This record gives sequence, C-alpha cells and structure tokens, in this order.
Amino acid sequence: MGLQDTIKDRLSNNGLIKNRLMKSNLINNPLIQKIEWTPINIATAIILFVGFILTIARFFGGLGTVTNLDDNNPWGLWIGFDLLCGVALAAGGYVTSSACYIFGLKRYHSAVRPAILTAFLGYALVVFALNYDVGRPWRLPYPIFYSPGTSSLLFEVGLCVFLYLNVLFIEFTPAALEWLGLKKIRNFVVGLTMLLTIFGVVLSTLHQSSLGALFLLAPSKLHPLWYSGYLPVYFFISSMFAGMSMVIFEGSLAHKYLHHKMDETHLSESDGVVLGFSKAASFVMVGYLGIKLIGLSIDNNWHYLFTSWGLWFLFELIGFVALPAFIYAVAAREKNVKLARAASILGVLGIILNRLNISLVAFNWQLPLEQRYFPSWMEIAISVFVVTVGIVVYRLITAYMPILYEHPDYKHADDSNNKHGHEED
Amino acid sequence: MEHIFYTLQDFMVHTKGITYLIMGGLLVGLPLFWLFLTGRDEKNKTF
Amino acid sequence: MTITRRKFLGWIGGAAAGSATLAGTVAHGASNKEFKGYPNSFGVLHDITKCIGCRKCEQACNEINTMPAPEKPFDDLSILEEERRTTPTAHTVVNKFISKVSNSSNSVEKNNNTNGDTSGNSIALYVKKQCNHCLEPACASACFVKAFKKDKTGAVTYDASLCVGCRYCMVACPFNIPTYEYDEPLTPRVMKCTLCLPRIQEGKLPACVQICPREALIFGERTELIKQARMRIQKHPDKYVDHIYGEHEMGGTSWLYLSPVPFSEIGMREDLGTHSAPELTAGALSAVPIVVGLWPVLLTGVYAISKRKEKIAQEELEQALAAAKDEAEEITAQKLAELKKKMTKEKETAVKTEVKKALDEAAKIAKAAEEAKAKKAAEEEAKKSESAKLTDKDSDQSDNLLSSEEEK
Ligand code: SF4
Ligand code: SF4
Ligand code: SF4
Repeated sequence: MGLQDTIKDRLSNNGLIKNRLMKSNLINNPLIQKIEWTPINIATAIILFVGFILTIARFFGGLGTVTNLDDNNPWGLWIGFDLLCGVALAAGGYVTSSACYIFGLKRYHSAVRPAILTAFLGYALVVFALNYDVGRPWRLPYPIFYSPGTSSLLFEVGLCVFLYLNVLFIEFTPAALEWLGLKKIRNFVVGLTMLLTIFGVVLSTLHQSSLGALFLLAPSKLHPLWYSGYLPVYFFISSMFAGMSMVIFEGSLAHKYLHHKMDETHLSESDGVVLGFSKAASFVMVGYLGIKLIGLSIDNNWHYLFTSWGLWFLFELIGFVALPAFIYAVAAREKNVKLARAASILGVLGIILNRLNISLVAFNWQLPLEQRYFPSWMEIAISVFVVTVGIVVYRLITAYMPILYEHPDYKHADDSNNKHGHEED
Repeated sequence: MEHIFYTLQDFMVHTKGITYLIMGGLLVGLPLFWLFLTGRDEKNKTF
Repeated sequence: MTITRRKFLGWIGGAAAGSATLAGTVAHGASNKEFKGYPNSFGVLHDITKCIGCRKCEQACNEINTMPAPEKPFDDLSILEEERRTTPTAHTVVNKFISKVSNSSNSVEKNNNTNGDTSGNSIALYVKKQCNHCLEPACASACFVKAFKKDKTGAVTYDASLCVGCRYCMVACPFNIPTYEYDEPLTPRVMKCTLCLPRIQEGKLPACVQICPREALIFGERTELIKQARMRIQKHPDKYVDHIYGEHEMGGTSWLYLSPVPFSEIGMREDLGTHSAPELTAGALSAVPIVVGLWPVLLTGVYAISKRKEKIAQEELEQALAAAKDEAEEITAQKLAELKKKMTKEKETAVKTEVKKALDEAAKIAKAAEEAKAKKAAEEEAKKSESAKLTDKDSDQSDNLLSSEEEK
C-alpha cells in the first residue's frame, strides 16, 4: 500500500527525517527502537504473519483456495465487511470536517485530524482489501482510465472512492508536512481546506449512497424488508451516524492507549465532541428509524415483520439503532461521556450488522440453506489482517505526526490566521 | 447525425458518460465562480 | 436583512434536498424514451414439452467451447436427478422436474389438482438452462468496464480482456447464470453462454440448437419466435400455460420458453417483474449529477451563513469590548480628576496651615526672644520650608504631605 511504502521510505536513511526525529526527541519511541512484547503486540505479530501467508495463498492459488465464494454467492465477507462496513465507518472524516468547517462548529476542531486520519486509513484499507477480492486487481484502474462503464453504480462507487481517497490524502498531508517542517506547502494545503471539505461531502454523499444503490438491480435476491427504492438514502443517512459513532469509539480507544499524545486543547475539547456527536447521532438515528418505517409502509411490507426474517429485521432496528439512539440521548442529556462511549460501540456494531445483513444475510435469502454462503476462516483472517494493518499504521502515524495534538510551530500561526479560532468556545 | 440507441443500456452508457464529464466541469467551475463572486469581499478567512 | 437572506438560503437548501431525494425514487433520464431492442435480433425458443432430457445440447456446447470433459459422460442421465446450475465448464445444463399433473387438463385445473388430488400421473419435464441473453442485460448494466455488451444479433457478449473480476455481474443477473473461474489465480474469467455468436456470424445455428433431436430448441428472429410461440399456445391451449417466459421478464430476453406447467414449478422465477436492470438503477444514477450540481451550492451557502454569523458575533464582541473599554477609560479619568482635585485641596490647606504655623511660631518667638539673631534664623527657616512646599506642588502630593509631616 502506498502509505506504508512512503512511511518505510521515510524511515529509511532519510536525513531530513532523522533530523526530525532527533529534534522532536522521538527517536526513543518504543515502536522503532525496540518492540515491547506485550500481549497485544504479540497478537499483532501473529495476525500479520498469518495474513502474509494467506496473501500468498490468495494470489498464487486463486480466490477459490481461500474463500467460500461460489457462483451463487459471488460477494462475501470481503465486500460485505471490508468494503461496505469499511466505507461506512470511515464516514467520520466527512462528518467531522463538514461540522467543523462548513457548519462552523469550531469546537470540533481538535477532532478533525484524527477523524481525517481514520477516514484516510479506512479508505486506503478498503482499496487494499479490494485487491484481494477482485479477480485481477492490477486492472482496478480500468473502470476509470480505460473503459468506463458509466451505467454501473459500481463505476460510480469506484470513481468516488478513488477521488475521495485523493481528497483525504491531501486533507491529511498538513500533519505530515508539519512533521517534516515544510511550512510553505503546508500553509498552501491548509488554504484549500474549505474546497476539500466541500468536495469531500459531495463525494461522500455520492458513494455512500451508491453503495446502497448497488443492490437496487437485484430486487429478486435481496429480502424485501431490506430491499427498497430508498436503499441509497438509507446508506447515506446511516453513514452519518456510523461516522459519528466511529469518531466517539475511536476517541475512547485513543484516550485509553494514546492519552500521553494528546494536548490540552484536544483533551479539553474531547468531552464536548463526544457529547455533541452523541446528540447529533441520536437525532439522525431517530430520523433513520423514521425513513425505515416509511420504506416499510411504501412497499407494504408489514406482513414480513411477522416472519422470522421480520424478527431479525426488528432485532437490527430496535437493538442496534433504537437502543443506541436512546442511550446516546440519555448520555447527551446527562452529559455522561462514558455512557456515550458505550452507545458508540452499539452504534458501530449496528452498522456492521446492517451492512452484513444487506450483503450477506438477507442476500440470496431464497436459496436453500446448503447453497448459502458462510465465510471461511481464511476470509475472516484476511479481514482481521486488514483491520490490524490499519491499527498498526494508525499507531505509527499518531506516534510521529501531530494528529492528537497541535504542532507547536503552527499553533500560534493558526490562531492568528484564525482570529476566532477554536479557543473561542 | 442522430445516433439511434436500440437499448436503454446503450443509451445510459452514452448519456451518463457525458453527464459525468459535465459533473467534472461543475466541480471545477463552481468553486472558481465562488472565488469570482467573493473576489472583492474583505478577507475574512476562517481556517 | 440577515433574516431574509438566511431564509432564502434555507429554501434553496430545502429544494436541493427535496429534489435529490425525489430523483432517487423517480426514474429520470430515460422516462419518456422507449427502447425496443435491436430489430431482427435472434433468439431461441425452448419448448419444454418437447425436451426429452438427452443432454445432447450439453455435449455439443461442451465440444464447441472446447471445455474439459466432465467426470461423468454426457450419456449418463443419472446426473439429472439433482438440480444443477451453470458452472465455469458448463454453459448450459438440463434439469429434470417431476410434475404431478396429467397432460390433458389445462393449467388452472392442474393447480387445483396438485392441491386436492395427489394421485394424478406424474410426468418428467426437462428444462435447459443457459444465459437468456436479456434485451436489457443486468450483467451489462452492472459491469463497470463495459465487458458485457448486447450485440445486434441478440447475443450478450463478454470481453475477458476488460474484466476486472469484481463479480458484480453475477450479483446482478436475475437468472444466476454467470459463473466465475475461482480457481484461476491469474486470469480468472466470467463464463457464460455466448449464443454461439461466432457460429451465428458464419450463418450457422448455435451448436445446441443444431444438435437437438426433438426440435425442442428453435432458432430464429425473436419477433418470429414470439409469433410462433403464440400460435402453439393458441393451437394447444391444453398443452401449454398461457405465458411465454422471457417475453417480458426483466425487460425481456432473447431466449424464450414454453411450458406445460407454471414456470415456478420448474425452477424458473415468476416474481422477477418486467423492469429491466437499467430501469431499476436509472433513478439512483440520475440523482448523482443532481447532487454534484446542488450540493456545492447548498454547502457553500451554509458555509457562508455560518461564516457570516461568526463575523457578526465577532463584530458584536468587538463592539462590546470597545464599549467596555471606553467606559472603563472614562471612569478612570473621572476618578483621576477627582483625586487630583482632592489632592490639590488637601495640599493647599496643608501649605496654609504650615505657613500659619510658621508665622505663629515666628511671632511667638519674636515676642518671646529678644535677640535679633535668633529671630532672623527663625524667619529664614519658615521661608525655606514654604518655598520647598511650593516647588513640590506638581509631584505626588500624598508623599509630599507625608514628607512634610515627617520633616516637622
Ligand atoms: S441471463 Fe444473466 S448473464 Fe445472461 S444476459 Fe441476462 S443478465 Fe446477463
Ligand atoms: S466481473 Fe468482470 S464482467 Fe463482471 S461486472 Fe466485474 S468487471 Fe464486469
Ligand atoms: S448457444 Fe452455444 S454456448 Fe450457448 S448453450 Fe447453446 S451451445 Fe452452449
């Protein structure tokens, strides 16, 4: 993956970087000097090793050797989880940056960078994982540069994901440029913030909804409770609270493990971010429940509710949308950050459940049980591997670059640019 | 030179292809026009 | 002014959001156009009543496409016992269905029979399965590199040199036809019936049609085949259900079927509807450009509003600050002036008393003392202290007072 390579490049004998490391006194970082063999790190190493072996198996043996995919079930876990869930959970990037820059909620400023980083890594990993799933990954540029199939919603998704990955990369670069001390380019890129944010929202609206629209042409395969003309709207709206839940969830993890990396602004603002987002997520979730209900009524699908599929549908909606919405609401009312964090776990799980329901569980629901798909352990292992790669890269980047804190050189510069900056709140 | 489309599929490929180009133009053009529109405003950068 | 402006932008916002969601549900972009498909395109009519399940078509297909020989030879009919689907090495399969109905009754009665009377004689029906070569192929609509194309002959072709292997075509196909070479590590292809396009272009019949011993398959122009099928249904209403499968399914297919029993009983879905795949996605696709056109306008509007609000807040803040500053300055100035006044007053009285004291003292001394020297000295002292007081008038007064007090 591009990012890993660049980081490796930078870590290898690059004078500038070494200089940087010495200066910022980070050369003693445990990740570089010696790896501590804590249980977490051992588990990480094992996962990475297994993933590496399975990668070889996948590319030398073909999809058939590692997956349970077949002709009736062409899409499995790698699309259902890595693509659909990955993109939905990476929605925190556009949600946070638009809240801060477009809607002028400056108090979320310190949450923007971590959210952009997660989004960028999320999308990079989605593309990374797609290389495993498609038959001939080296042709992935074909749809955009060689033979665009414009009638396909997958083309739309591909184009937007490609463009948005670039937008996120540019949005992320200020952190790297600050780290490298390239002031001029950094200031130029920061000047583009507004434009990039608007692009980000446009592209996110499009591909988040188009991921849902992918299933529009298979009304005969997706269970009617999940199939709806509103699928694109459902996907877009749910991506909003998916992103917010993920920002809260990721924030609580970062607080636990990377507390020492955070500066005062970040720490003092973080509770406000959590409560603000839980309020917003709660309201959007209730709105989402509303449009789900409208979908039921407009297609007259009430009678399905009393089947076992209906129970599962209600389980998803009540247990993983209504319940977290309620907990979020209580948390926001009582200013209870811990409760909000608990709700965020439920929210994230709910999104995963929804996306897996649409792509795997309720898809091909009419096939007899023995023809249904269940992922092989190797597919699951590769998905775990991909997520682990993401976490490792996140740790590396937050260890070096000003993500959870503001770079001291730019703090004041920022404040003077930004007459009424985030300290206002 | 009216090209005849026999299938909706071909029609969609063609029209969406052109529409995507227009979309690209819009994405570039709208910000530029905004710059023109606000070019004489006092500078009040908020980011 | 601000309020109207905000309202105005709010309306624009509402309109934008409204039209975006509307566009998602209404099929724009092609709503007033109709496409009839390629004129004179070919198709195949499969008359299920005539098929005997000999698997000769499977064999011919296997040979013409130079597929590897199957495990069990084609004349082994025991394979018909289980329902099969197309595979990467079999573009077509024949399936057997047992139908518990007599040949003579018409379809409506048959339905009643299956529910009430199970003793009716059962017949075996054989159904050939392959790509139906849809008029508006879902696979082509789904493919993001245009690997699938509807040819003017009616064949839906696949170009492996473009295929990325996303398998969305397989998700899209309502008939579950395309298959994938999952075990091929480097060059996996999607596999499906080609309608024997190369043979058609040479003016030959598709291999399966050619070999069929019972004319269960007939090749011809699709429009002709539909007429032919109608005629058969008309002539033998007792033999066929009144439905040409493929005439309208999913927008119509080039491959057509006639059956003696409802198609759902022989493994063919009757709930697919008549909407073609491009019709199903047209709405979502046409919402895309609208979002691109309106979102930036709307978002920039929101941005401008929030910025303006901020600016107003900023201005208000500055004004408040300035006002507070002015007030504070005034108060201090006032206080200072008062202080000064007080000080000068105090000073004057102090000086007066001092002088008075000195004079009194001098008078006393003059009265009391007789010596002129002593008198002079006293007078001089009094004068000195007075002048010192007078020169210090501008400096800090309380200090002065204190010091004069001390001096005393
Ligand atoms: S039957 Fe399936 S594979 Fe064949 S043309 Fe139709 S959609 Fe494509
Ligand atoms: S698998 Fe190949 S043919 Fe099928 S949709 Fe993807 S790129 Fe197109
Ligand atoms: S038309 Fe050709 S490719 Fe298709 S099933 Fe018949 S023989 Fe096979």
